Amino acid sequence: MPDPMKIRATVQGDVADVRVLMAHPMETGQRKQGGKVVPLHFIQSITAQLNGKTVFRADISQAISRNPVFAFKVKGAKAGDKITVTWKDNKGESRTDETTVRGGS
Amino acid sequence: MHYTRRSVLKGVWAVGALASAVTAGLLSPARALAAWNKDAFGAKSAIDAMRALGVANAEDTKAIEIRAPEIAENGAVVPIDITSNIPSTTAISVFIEKNPFPYVGTFDFSQGAMPYVHLRVKIGESSPVRVVVAAGGKHYTTAKEVKVTIGGCGG
Repeated sequence: MPDPMKIRATVQGDVADVRVLMAHPMETGQRKQGGKVVPLHFIQSITAQLNGKTVFRADISQAISRNPVFAFKVKGAKAGDKITVTWKDNKGESRTDETTVRGGS
Repeated sequence: MHYTRRSVLKGVWAVGALASAVTAGLLSPARALAAWNKDAFGAKSAIDAMRALGVANAEDTKAIEIRAPEIAENGAVVPIDITSNIPSTTAISVFIEKNPFPYVGTFDFSQGAMPYVHLRVKIGESSPVRVVVAAGGKHYTTAKEVKVTIGGCGG
């Protein structure tokens, strides 16, 4: 089971600022270790939901850095709402984590 | 980036072929992100990737903001912030033109996210970072050069 994501969602007005840190090696298939090529292993798709409704999607390549960080902004959010993020990689592994939107300062 | 007339023409054919695929019902535009686009991600040049995505006809614009370092000391982690100021932006696609596989990904905002994304990418050598925005059925593009002192693709 991959390590959990760290997700932070803070609302300003009705826009939630969401930042996600994913634990993933994001291997490019070009790196060598002990003379052997480390095979491609990377997150391919990401979905984010606000209270169960999909609001943001991404398809990505191995060019995203190791332990990927993404930030995006979701309209129509308020404190207490649930943000759920799911990723899937090229080996079929996936991980889903959830956070509660916090009020901004 | 300066396309030769020939490569622009080729792009037009590729778009034409894609358009006929759409009319044949093979591809539905609304489901552009339904499947991970193997052809675009496997393309070895930005223009081929853009053709595979059907965005090779993108118009130049100044309404896309790319915030990235002019000089990145570590090509393995280059932070990029992209904001589209084009009304009804539905998606942002990113290409690192000189990477072995230039297409980095597409971010889809059509369902309630603002047209902004922050990402961190690997850049193998100094390269233009090209962004293509889909808005109202049209495509717009701009690019920003990032210089890299240590590449981020090898070991």
